Amino acid sequence: VTAPNPPTTADVPTPQQRERATTIFERSVAGRRAGTLPPLDVPERPLDELIPRRLLRERPPELPEVSEPEIVRHYNRLSRRNFDLDTGPYPLGSCTMKHNPRLNERVAALPGHARLHPAQDPKRAQGALDLMWRLERALAEICGLPHISLQPSAGSHGELAGLLLTRAYHEDRGERRHRVLTPDTAHGTNPASVTMAGYEVVKVATDERGGVDLDDLRSKVDADVACLMLTNPNTLGVFDERIAEITQLVRDAGGTLYYDGANLNAIMGRTRPGDMGFDIVHVNLHKSFSQPHGGGGPGAGPIAVSDRIEPFLPVPRLVRREGADGAAPAFDFEYERPKSIGRLRGFAGNFGVFVRSYAYIASLGGDGLTEASETAVLNANYLLARLRRGRAGRFLPLAFDRLCMHEFVLSGDAAKRELGVKTLDVAKRLLDYGFHPPTIYFPLLVDEALMFEPTETETREGLDALADAIEEILVEAERDPEVTRNAPYTTPVRRLDEAAASRRPVVRQPL
Amino acid sequence: MLDAIGVGSVDDLFAEIPGELRLAGKLGLPAGLSESECFDQLASLAERNADAESELCFLGAGMYDHYVPALVDAITQRSEFLTPYTPYQPEVSQGGLQVMFEFQTAISELTALPVSNASLYEGPSSVASAAYLAIGATKRRRLVVSRGLHPHSRDTLRTYARGFDAEVVEVGLEGGLTSADELQAAVDSETAAVFVQSPNFLGAVEELEQLASVAEAAGALTVASVDALTLGVLRPPGECGVDIAVGEGQQLGGRLDFGGPSFGFFCATEDHLRRMPGRIAGETMDAEGRRGFVLALQTREQHIRREKATHNICTSQALNALGGVVYLAWLGKRGVVELGELLVRRTAYARERLAELDGVELLHDAPVLREFAVRFEAPVPDVLDRVAAEGIGAGYWLGREYPEYDDGLLIALTERRSREDIDRLVDALGRAISDANDAFSPRSEEGASRPAEVPS
Repeated sequence: VTAPNPPTTADVPTPQQRERATTIFERSVAGRRAGTLPPLDVPERPLDELIPRRLLRERPPELPEVSEPEIVRHYNRLSRRNFDLDTGPYPLGSCTMKHNPRLNERVAALPGHARLHPAQDPKRAQGALDLMWRLERALAEICGLPHISLQPSAGSHGELAGLLLTRAYHEDRGERRHRVLTPDTAHGTNPASVTMAGYEVVKVATDERGGVDLDDLRSKVDADVACLMLTNPNTLGVFDERIAEITQLVRDAGGTLYYDGANLNAIMGRTRPGDMGFDIVHVNLHKSFSQPHGGGGPGAGPIAVSDRIEPFLPVPRLVRREGADGAAPAFDFEYERPKSIGRLRGFAGNFGVFVRSYAYIASLGGDGLTEASETAVLNANYLLARLRRGRAGRFLPLAFDRLCMHEFVLSGDAAKRELGVKTLDVAKRLLDYGFHPPTIYFPLLVDEALMFEPTETETREGLDALADAIEEILVEAERDPEVTRNAPYTTPVRRLDEAAASRRPVVRQPL
Repeated sequence: MLDAIGVGSVDDLFAEIPGELRLAGKLGLPAGLSESECFDQLASLAERNADAESELCFLGAGMYDHYVPALVDAITQRSEFLTPYTPYQPEVSQGGLQVMFEFQTAISELTALPVSNASLYEGPSSVASAAYLAIGATKRRRLVVSRGLHPHSRDTLRTYARGFDAEVVEVGLEGGLTSADELQAAVDSETAAVFVQSPNFLGAVEELEQLASVAEAAGALTVASVDALTLGVLRPPGECGVDIAVGEGQQLGGRLDFGGPSFGFFCATEDHLRRMPGRIAGETMDAEGRRGFVLALQTREQHIRREKATHNICTSQALNALGGVVYLAWLGKRGVVELGELLVRRTAYARERLAELDGVELLHDAPVLREFAVRFEAPVPDVLDRVAAEGIGAGYWLGREYPEYDDGLLIALTERRSREDIDRLVDALGRAISDANDAFSPRSEEGASRPAEVPS
């Protein structure tokens, strides 16, 4: 390590730390403004002649009064108080923080996409429908399932869709089932979606190798089980090699098989959920397909389904009709689908996300996507190999000792017992070193979990630097655990009182 | 790297995938493209769409062709906002968290309801999310829905209601407005919530206070779907007895994007705070007393509470919500009123001009703000095709969603549609209605069998 370690005190506050956070409302000065509007070019009739006074607002809302340069400065200042993927490594597990190609932003902003009204007659939006069709076909190929609905807005929305599809499927067969199985390693969205869809969650245990505990599964699969929701590789980064047996078990009992596609980045072009026996898959376009995360959205969560689920897909359905006599095919939306679960949202989905993800798929092609997954798995295993050595190997051992796929989970239990530093402390100290921490305290079955997903767009140098930083943090902790416990020192604010924010919530500014 | 891992090849890393599950060949997808080829392919797809730059757009029905200030693009395209994840590490996410806090303040101020979340996916699914809250809060399972609520919202609510095991009952319209009598008859002691929209799908400004009082008398909540951009002018839902206000946020500086991504908003009275869906930013302090922001009340959320969460949402629409708050700052306190007033007056002008045409009458005469409905004495799809051939998207045909208004058209205004544009629309519609009637009259045998020719 050539560079000196980051500060171990905050005795001298940084310029950002000295600056008090000020909101856009606090910058408001009466009479200032930024935007201007076109002049009134129609008769100036009194408002209450057009709308009864009782329906009109008496006092204008207190929006800020600020000039354009002040708005720019304000949000630029705020932006500098964010860590982002374009600044440094972001190995957040199960989030797939891969590079966001800027080409995708450019094509999404083309007026033919950005200014296309969603209620435009499909006859006059053929380019958009064609793009959606191409994206559907590509996702079908990647997932190994024939039918797609692009409509869900995010992964959890896709999960809800999948569970409502499951319900419709069983009801169509005259069955009412009540329980949905999810492993104890599942993403939190899985059980939350199960409840929203009116089902009861039944947890399935994890075995000593990190896969589904087959005995536990067998004891819980029965004619009341509507569905099994699974991620494979799971949130431990472990590929369950008995997956075919697992899906067959549930299928034999009449249940549907749901694949949480949050971890699809591990397997593209190598294996496919449809081939593993799954009926329904959601795909996070904001994970595997490079839609920027935007600080918490937007994303999109298209679903791929098997033939037996297809009749129930949401409306509208995108259809392609062959042109007569060699004419180009025509695309349309179909609404009359009697068995459909109905709509999940307005219009046809997050089209702007479709444009970016389609551009990503078109850029990489089939081989490129396969290589992306291979490199993601290679990077994860390389980082893991680096972290098996030295102090990390001793204080932060791998939770389930085997090769990983695109992500892996370490346990900080030894660091907590032997060094007196918790996973939270290690994560906060990583901030001082210029890295975003991994996902922490998830999955729940690993004590003091740290879940790393480096993705394919990190370089070997970047991975080495991350491993070096973790080693250095553990050296510091051996020497003086207080350094770790009090981190971070260099961020715009230091550790925040999250409990107070929930005890006495202040969720807006009084004006 | 393989040496460090201790394997001989990348294939070895995938050894745990059983042979019979490995993809035998390659993915059946086209070869990858260079950046310029990819751009050209996407550009040629985009060219096959008639967007609001290439035609005069009077389409609304929930999304509107407002001007998106350059400032909004400049800020939302900054890496620091575009590329982070949800702010799980608040020390390095103060920018995004403060944006959420500002967003909540702005939306709460517009709706006059004290608490707002930091966004949901979009409009109609936000309506359905309100039903989930109402069922939890009231322990009742009947949802009474105005037919003036956006058809997509009603459909989405029905879809979600199957999961909630809830019954959805619809209340009709009278003169463009939700029938208060029908509502009174439909609301009972099992009703969790009443769902209305203002301005409603036909553009009419509802008597929110009156409708909310019907719900309140039965112990049901009132959920109002509102157009935030109209709230510089219209009485806000929080002053009308509404418990939950939700809505589509595209109007606030969002692109049309063929329907998304945009954002949904969700505000409520204080007593519903702990049942709210989605992320909520809260103000707090750091260890040294500095002001800071965090994700508040996370114990409502799926990543903590799992099956007992108030909602399943994880990825929401943070970047679009940022665009919304930047837009509202750009518009400012005076701008939001001026824009509302401009829309009211332009809409009144357009409505009156249209009503003067032969073969056109108003579908209702309730007060409107930015959108209104007319009826044609001619087949609406045919008229639309005719004006589209002149480069005009005249509006939204009501027939698909409302069989009773098969002859109806919904026309929307924004600040981008000038008086001159309106005059052009009126002119074109006048001719198209007359031509359509000629073509379809029994005297014109040839025209009757030939639909208008429209370039596709």
